[in-house]
Amino acid sequence: MTTTTPTPAPAATAKISVQEVSKTFPLRGEDFVALDRVSLDIADNEFVTVVGPSGCGKSTLMNVLAGLEEPTSGRALVDGKDVAGPGPDRGVIFQQYALFPWLTVRKNVEFGLKVAGLPAAERRERAEHFIRLVGLDQFADALPKMLSGGMKQRCAIARAYAVDPSILLMDEPFGALDALTRVTLQEQLLETWSREKRTVMFITHDVDEAVFLANRVVVMAARPGRIYDVVDVGLPYPRTEEVRLSPEFARLRNRVWHSVYHQTPALNAQEG
Amino acid sequence: MTASTPRLARNGPPPGAPAAAAAGPRSGRDTGAAGQPGPGRPTRRRPPARTLLLVLNACSIVAGVAIWWILSLNGFQFPTPPEVVEKAVQLGRDGLLRQDVLASLGRVLTGFLLGSAAAIPVGFLMGWYTVARGLFEPWIQFFRTIPPLALLPLVLVLMGIGELPKVFVIFLAAFLACVISTYQGVVSVDRTLINAARVLGAKDGTIFVRVVVPASTPFILVGMRVGLGSAWATLVAAELLAAQVGLGYRMQQAQLYYDLATIFVGIILIGVLGLVMDRLLLLAESRLTGWQERR
Ligand SMILES: Nc1ncnc2c1ncn2[C@@H]1O[C@H](COP(=O)(O)OP(=O)(O)OP(=O)(O)O)[C@@H](O)[C@H]1O
Ligand SMILES: [Mg+2]
Repeated sequence: MTTTTPTPAPAATAKISVQEVSKTFPLRGEDFVALDRVSLDIADNEFVTVVGPSGCGKSTLMNVLAGLEEPTSGRALVDGKDVAGPGPDRGVIFQQYALFPWLTVRKNVEFGLKVAGLPAAERRERAEHFIRLVGLDQFADALPKMLSGGMKQRCAIARAYAVDPSILLMDEPFGALDALTRVTLQEQLLETWSREKRTVMFITHDVDEAVFLANRVVVMAARPGRIYDVVDVGLPYPRTEEVRLSPEFARLRNRVWHSVYHQTPALNAQEG
Repeated sequence: MTASTPRLARNGPPPGAPAAAAAGPRSGRDTGAAGQPGPGRPTRRRPPARTLLLVLNACSIVAGVAIWWILSLNGFQFPTPPEVVEKAVQLGRDGLLRQDVLASLGRVLTGFLLGSAAAIPVGFLMGWYTVARGLFEPWIQFFRTIPPLALLPLVLVLMGIGELPKVFVIFLAAFLACVISTYQGVVSVDRTLINAARVLGAKDGTIFVRVVVPASTPFILVGMRVGLGSAWATLVAAELLAAQVGLGYRMQQAQLYYDLATIFVGIILIGVLGLVMDRLLLLAESRLTGWQERR
């Protein structure tokens, strides 16, 4: 492994800057270390994917950036400012869809726009656009209980896109989708991202997906949760079928795969 | 609503127990939902099952009345069904029935509406603010263990013998049933939904109105149904003890004159009115909480 400890760049240039962030949870009287001095800089308009074994603190890191969890120590900065609570500048797609079950798909997508005080007509139009983007136009007036897991996930994606955040924090957003929808949405995501540049942190279990989407793949390790490896993906955009089948893609994929599944335990790992 | 429902709520696990909280609205829905379509069930199978149930219901009622009739003709002191109907018609013609029903309904609805109206904000405050919970909880837990009727002697002394004491005990019965349920609804709102609203830019006020209130609605409605049952039971008992008009009072008077037919009319009316009110709330419930996923 070459780059085990990424050196933090000056905070001013980074869109997102995570500096020595630790997060511990009290667990049966002891402190469980979910994140151990994690440092990571994400540049403006960069697409970073995060992979790692279950329980390595991926969601915790995302929650810190979303402003839903406070780090126990260290700092999390967005646009050079300390994260203080959530805000509509950071769109979040949760691992558990988190749709409002009493609202229709349309009303769910309009939620953030309503909060922002957009007039009804504009709200409707924007919602319509993103509902179509994720292919739910047939179900715009359905309640979440009538949707399949993948459809719920797509609705959550539309809801996050609709408020047009400059940062997207996505926690396994395509996890519940079938292979075909998954590839379609991956391509759509990249297309949207290259058109209206956004900074994306995208968590996934899928090594192929991680490499296919990212400028950089961050590999995390568990117990304690930490950054284990960072892999630069030099592949060109747009990422086409061709890119997916290229030998360079295969090489990067194997590299990340190795980092995720053949991790050497941390020297200071006592628990587990 | 039977007398056992409030007791069930009272003996339930302490507020905040997630399992009990999650079971709340569902068990409440199921008690009266026999004839209601479940979204999960296939559509084709529903109508026959429903018709069958209704036929069985009707048979059971006819059989019950028949047994009553037979018993009353065989030495029991019961009035026969026609005698009861005749009595009801007579009471209706005298205007007494209308007067009693209006008095009873007036009391129960006033107490119930005030009780629920007070319980919902208090339940929300308790679920939302630790300070409110700390201040309210001991009193609510204490008064929950006392049947509201047991307070009637005290209330009569303090408030005189007008409408106020009766409405007050009904208020208390409805309030106590509803406040705990609302509180449980608020504390069991899914954190992820609150977080989802926060990351979409919602502040506390908006989260409260757009997330906490709708998410707790099933719990509130179950609380209201329990509260209404409890209020109705309390009302009739209160009228038996202290009133000059009302269904309970009419039965109490009839007892003095061995007028069993009037007592039967009273019992049947109390049952029917209670059932109608419960069904109305159930209807509201299925309208307002149809979005729930049945697991
Ligand atoms: N609120 C909490 N209280 C206690 N422990 C927590 C809490 N949140 C997370 N943890 C613990 O922190 C660790 C990291 O959790 P996290 O959800 O970030 O993992 P993850 O990498 O997202 O896993 P997965 O891929 O399964 O989603 C886990 O071991 C989890 O048990
Ligand atoms: Mg996770």
